[in-house]
Amino acid sequence: MELREKAKQLLESGDVKAVLGFEPGTGGVRRPAFARSAAQAEKLVFDGEQNLASYVTHKEVKRLGRLALVARPDTLRALLQLMGERQLKEGDVLPLVLEDGQVRELTDAQAIEEYLALTAKELPAQDRELLERLGGMTRQERWDFWQKELSRCIKCYACRSSCPMCYCEHCTMDCNRPQWVPVPSHALGNLEYHMVRAMHLAGRCVECGDCGRACPVGIPIHLLTFNAEESVHAQFGQRAGASAKLDYAMSTFRPDDKETFIR
Amino acid sequence: MADLYQLSSASLDALFAALTADGRRILAPTEADGRSELNPVTRPDQVAKDYLQTTLSAKETVFPKVERLLSYTQAPGQVDLVDAEPHAVPTVLFGIRPCEASAFAALDAVFNWDYRDKFFNARLEQLSVIGVSCARRDDACFCTAVGGGPGATKGSDILLTPMAGGYLAEVLTDKGRAIQALAPDLFQPTSGVDKAALLANVPTAFDQPALTAKLPALFDSPLWSEQSLRCVGCGACAFVCPTCVCFDIQEEADKTGGRRLRAWDSCGYHMFTLHASGHNPRETQGARWRQRIYHKFSYYPERYGQLGCVGCGKCTRACPVDMNLQEHLVEASQVNP
Repeated sequence: MELREKAKQLLESGDVKAVLGFEPGTGGVRRPAFARSAAQAEKLVFDGEQNLASYVTHKEVKRLGRLALVARPDTLRALLQLMGERQLKEGDVLPLVLEDGQVRELTDAQAIEEYLALTAKELPAQDRELLERLGGMTRQERWDFWQKELSRCIKCYACRSSCPMCYCEHCTMDCNRPQWVPVPSHALGNLEYHMVRAMHLAGRCVECGDCGRACPVGIPIHLLTFNAEESVHAQFGQRAGASAKLDYAMSTFRPDDKETFIR
Repeated sequence: MADLYQLSSASLDALFAALTADGRRILAPTEADGRSELNPVTRPDQVAKDYLQTTLSAKETVFPKVERLLSYTQAPGQVDLVDAEPHAVPTVLFGIRPCEASAFAALDAVFNWDYRDKFFNARLEQLSVIGVSCARRDDACFCTAVGGGPGATKGSDILLTPMAGGYLAEVLTDKGRAIQALAPDLFQPTSGVDKAALLANVPTAFDQPALTAKLPALFDSPLWSEQSLRCVGCGACAFVCPTCVCFDIQEEADKTGGRRLRAWDSCGYHMFTLHASGHNPRETQGARWRQRIYHKFSYYPERYGQLGCVGCGKCTRACPVDMNLQEHLVEASQVNP
């Protein structure tokens, strides 16, 4: 069954209240689109770049009711990670994946896990190359690279807003009693923001790259969280979003941990 | 009526040299690594060749993203307060588009509304604008619907319109004449140039006066929450906007002293109107999106007698989820209250 047909069927049967996919936008770009009626489903298409999982934690979207959403592997990883972090109930979303031109429903977490088990995570070649280039730099060169890039940051928070794992209703950046991180977009404010975000996403980043895609001034900001995530994978053999069970390296305490400093 | 001249492409070298010799910084669109930015230049060959617009607007030149308003030191029983002085250097903005040039008036309306802001004014006084008309447009542009146009002169001190071999130069203000006086030989009198034929065709997308008249009745329409469902609530639109003027005041201090800073802020942020009580009058993204539209198309005209939008389309281009402003305004124009 094709996407539009499937969306109509789901909406008409009342199985879901909205279907989130993509539609053609300005100058041919694909943008997220919500269909809440069979008529609105006519505009939906499958191919878009964004990770639509970032919407499932929006208050306005939760209020719509059960949601079906077009999902790529990174979207599914984000959904599992959100389930693991108790931000999403298994039954509240219905991911739709494309298999041989047909839309398939992944009805529960187990189906998502099984689907993902057959899909290896690979970073885009361009990102892999830039990460390697950064890895080959001296500390000073790397510091200079990021200082230059971050000087362009305007702290619009498009990266945070586009990230499926940046769902906190009250982000550390917005805490003002005390003000942990300077609000203005000066050198320190920019640096501390992006460092905090990278640390908070280590082991949780599904490496969709949406933060980098969202940046209006073209900072490859996704490389910070990619690097943190790759480092967690290298050290602990884990990747975010592999399972709906919460078990990730940076915040799970085990009494039999081989490190002694934590005991 | 502006004085009309012809300026050859080759003469830009001499014009830039004359401006630099006069001690002025020249800011112009540059293009590198796929980024279109305003940067200091000294020669015309450093200016981007085939740009539409820069990503960020020229408002930075008068309203930077961070600005120090004052600083102080403190010791037991003593506070020493130091007013910050504006860091305003003589600047020529070269190559910004007519939409952006006209946006300074919208900033001026706020910064000189009741209190005259010395930081904004000091920078504006030092600023001259050599605008360049648009020979092409993209799908985000809608200047003609909001009183502008691809060759509109408002806000430019000199407006250049590209034509074969160089530019048609309209010298529009005293600041423009002061620039002309730096290199008078470069400006050759001309007449009979059909300026309209040199400009991009930007059809009028919607009836703005009718929309502005209708907005109060549309306040409770479900349209706004419907349109904003895909909005992610970031500040990209506000920060790239040449007229968005909201700012936050931040105090950065420790035991020995501190400083007060002004920084860009955005009505799209969920905490923008959050009260200390926990109540938020704009609790949903729909209410915040509506505020963005209403501020520009209803409250601005009501309070300042001008629009808070110049139709440049920067917000549309910068939006990670393609919240196309023109399209949403067209849609609002077609809805019956």
